[in-house]
Amino acid sequence: MTTLPMPCRRVGVALAGALLAACAAAPNKDDPFEPWNRAMYEVHTAVDDAVIKPVAQAYVAYVPELIRTGVSNFFGNIDDLFTGINNVLEGRGNQAGDDFGRVLLNTTMGMGGVFDLASMMGIPKDKKDFGITFGKWGIPQGPYLFVPLFGPTTVRDGTGTLVRYFIGPVGYIDNIPVRNTLYGIGYLDLRAQALSAESVLETAAIDRYRFLRNAYLQNRRFQVYEGKPPPEEDEDSGAPQTPPAQMQTPPAQPKTPSAQQPTPAPPAK
Amino acid sequence: MVRFLIRTLLLFAFAAPLALAQEAPDVLVKRIAEETLAAIRADKDLQAGNPVKVKELIETKLVPHFDTMRMTALAMGRNWRAAGPEQQKELTEQFKTLLIRTYSNALTNYRDNKMSYQPLRANPGDTDVTVRTQVTRPGQAPVPIDYSMEKTPEGWKAYDVVVAGVSLVTNYRDEFNDIVRGSGVDGLIKALKAKNQSPAAK
Repeated sequence: MTTLPMPCRRVGVALAGALLAACAAAPNKDDPFEPWNRAMYEVHTAVDDAVIKPVAQAYVAYVPELIRTGVSNFFGNIDDLFTGINNVLEGRGNQAGDDFGRVLLNTTMGMGGVFDLASMMGIPKDKKDFGITFGKWGIPQGPYLFVPLFGPTTVRDGTGTLVRYFIGPVGYIDNIPVRNTLYGIGYLDLRAQALSAESVLETAAIDRYRFLRNAYLQNRRFQVYEGKPPPEEDEDSGAPQTPPAQMQTPPAQPKTPSAQQPTPAPPAK
Repeated sequence: MVRFLIRTLLLFAFAAPLALAQEAPDVLVKRIAEETLAAIRADKDLQAGNPVKVKELIETKLVPHFDTMRMTALAMGRNWRAAGPEQQKELTEQFKTLLIRTYSNALTNYRDNKMSYQPLRANPGDTDVTVRTQVTRPGQAPVPIDYSMEKTPEGWKAYDVVVAGVSLVTNYRDEFNDIVRGSGVDGLIKALKAKNQSPAAK
């Protein structure tokens, strides 16, 4: 595949140079490096298809579910710790209390996090990360990036991920083989968990790169706004074509007045 | 999804059309979901993900509760009007097939999840509401799934499904736009057909 994104190529073939220039200059406001990202996506897919995905599939096929759940819980317990930290940073004390309570319970009674006793006892699991916190603080997400082996991210979210791995508990293990083994298993666990979603994505998407990007960005926006993102200005508007149909952006919220209006946070975009 | 499926079947088997039209949207969502889950629990082939049976379950139970034409129109955005009536019909048919395939896949992959339902926040006179549900998987934070629903003469129908903030319908818009811009509405129909004829992902 050449490095020009599909829309540019199509427009380039069909239309005049002016449009091509416009397209090359601003293909998508969230994804200014689309040609590069697409190339990275191709690299990722090649490596993943050849090595990582088969290993993850074998892991699911041959390792008993009980053990896989224990592995997921172990790493999920570390996630809970960071969820708690981020809930503190976002000023959500009550939620953070639940998160730290989960970590305490699961780390002790749950044998280092292998058993998720807290969920069984009805303490709900939450999911927060530094990228979401940065977004709530008003830091813009920056350009979208597709990083081979790690997947979709943005400058802001990727920074959050790096922060997390620098201060994460696994990093404090001095025995390098043990540490790397843990990182490896954690990676495998994540990859295995993504298999189902990936299968749905493959069925749904015409252009997988784009479908994944749009889904990722929509989901992150949703998380930053705690489930109540303000309506987005319509992306269609940039194009020089027919007037908008009446059915454009559907109201994602019920049309009840007041109460429904999003409170939140500074604009993250 | 599963619930939707189940509900639909029962509905058509037992309920009078009048009762149907009066059923509140959140009640409808819950019933269909529970019925669909029950159907899966009762059938080994469905549990194993038999594609023919899963598709049949979706077509009979779920599809009647979706306004597939409105979904297609939403996914098309401003290009919907550029399509003639025949093209609109064809687009709806192809998009419906794509959604069914996607649901079949999701249903097979996520059949072990638990669903919970949140109380509907709407006024009695509303004709457009969002029904909120959550899917809980062991060891994972719950995933919110919202159904945007409209009141129609045949009862409430869903026109969008929003999973963790990702709208199933509008996620296609930007892609559809590009294809229409490059190769027209017929190009999009062709692309959808090709997609629907490609082998299903496992």
